[in-house]
Amino acid sequence: MAKKRYAYYQGCSLEGTAVEYDKSMRVVFDALGIDYVEPEDWSCCGSTPAHTVDHVFAAALAARNLSIIENMGLDVVTTNCPSCLMAFKKAQYSMENDETFKEKVNELLDEKYNCGVYAKSSLQILYEDVGLEAISNRVTHIIPDMKAAPYYGCIMNRPPKIAQFDDPENPISMDRIISALGIEVCDFAFKLECCGAAFGVPKRKMVNELSKKVIAMAEDAGANCIVVACPLCQQNLDLRQEQINQTTGSNFNIPVIYFTQLMGLAFGYTPKELGLDKLIVSADHFARSRITKQEYLEREKAKEQEKKAKKEVKKQETGEEENP
Amino acid sequence: MDAINLTESIDWEFIEHVKEESGQDPALCYQCGNCTAGCPYSHYFDYPVSQIMRLLQAGQKDTILNSKAIWLCATCETCTTRCPCEIDVAHIMDVLRIIARRENRVSEKDIKLFYDSFLDSVKKFGRIYEVGTLMSYNLRSGHLFADSDLGPKVLAHNKIHFLPKKIKGSDKVAKIFDRFQETLKKHG
Repeated sequence: MAKKRYAYYQGCSLEGTAVEYDKSMRVVFDALGIDYVEPEDWSCCGSTPAHTVDHVFAAALAARNLSIIENMGLDVVTTNCPSCLMAFKKAQYSMENDETFKEKVNELLDEKYNCGVYAKSSLQILYEDVGLEAISNRVTHIIPDMKAAPYYGCIMNRPPKIAQFDDPENPISMDRIISALGIEVCDFAFKLECCGAAFGVPKRKMVNELSKKVIAMAEDAGANCIVVACPLCQQNLDLRQEQINQTTGSNFNIPVIYFTQLMGLAFGYTPKELGLDKLIVSADHFARSRITKQEYLEREKAKEQEKKAKKEVKKQETGEEENP
Repeated sequence: MDAINLTESIDWEFIEHVKEESGQDPALCYQCGNCTAGCPYSHYFDYPVSQIMRLLQAGQKDTILNSKAIWLCATCETCTTRCPCEIDVAHIMDVLRIIARRENRVSEKDIKLFYDSFLDSVKKFGRIYEVGTLMSYNLRSGHLFADSDLGPKVLAHNKIHFLPKKIKGSDKVAKIFDRFQETLKKHG
């Protein structure tokens, strides 16, 4: 069977403040042999601001891109950004289920869109199409010191009727990917709690307070790193972390890293190749503390043997006491 | 909430309008409060989301459209996910905000200004030009130094572009805006 080719929609923030998410995703896609191509001359999906104006208008901004992809002969578009993902999925859902809505959208477009393109998050492609086994097989390095809080953000899996992926209350796809990299995952209760979303500029204090709750919960869970899948969550938690400390009196200094950067580190790529230098709160120490998988396995084996030996000694000691 | 004389103040037309535009039936809501309990913004809303639903059932158009809640909703979809009656509550909030915008009732001016600055960038360049969007917002809102503390951080990490990148089809994107404005004029 021919290899599946995906349209890869980068999205605006991945050209700017989230450039490292794009960079690391391409590295991971290449490492796992995913065939992807960018739609030519893509435009903004409309994001949150468009759906506060009008739903037909918002769908048209998204559908311009879907129409370009349809004309390329592709039927799946993958995107890293949950906001782009939802813009595409909602446009598709409304156009497929409502003929009048579809007509209205197409009246705003130069090229009509015939509803032949389905959007999937890059997380979903990696989890379902590539699979945990292939990911685990590609691992060359382990970060033994990391305790990760997997933070999905609010709209990667919700609303379930439209997202059609993972669990809407307790998603596990990213947890399992992180585990497949040999990294410890914390039991994190705020996987989906809102960080404050797109209100950072007009309502900074509110966003800082909401983000604080997320970071505090991660630290309570024992995490020393927050792993994210959304560029806006990343920005609110990382770029604004000093603001959070100033606004709320907290004293956080916790790295907020994209799950793709983490995959890249586990696959043996350099921090530079993964844009680790773009993070405001440094995660460099995790890159430095990496050990090879071989070394890790030997270490684990040695630990196991030590445990066994201790047990043996204890057994002998208590045995001697029982039978003097 | 104040006492309301329902006989005099129910706006049936408004209820029908919201029903039609959202495709949702607010009458299904039995006020369990699950949406409000899960809403991360309840603390900031003037009317928690379950009260907005109740006000909608009672056709209280002015109170709803003048509320801060409809602008502070981030469409995080918690309410929609948890509603036992399967009402798409976040979609209703979105429709209410759209109606408020159309009627030029904006209780949270800064939020609307930010959205407008964002969309202006899309219309002009086809994509978001982050620096330009922030600068345009700061100028128009009068909050000249909003988030200026972040500047050195993004600069030090080389995360921003100082010049906008215009896509080839930016005129086609602008046409979507123009055609949409025309349909608004046509339908009053």
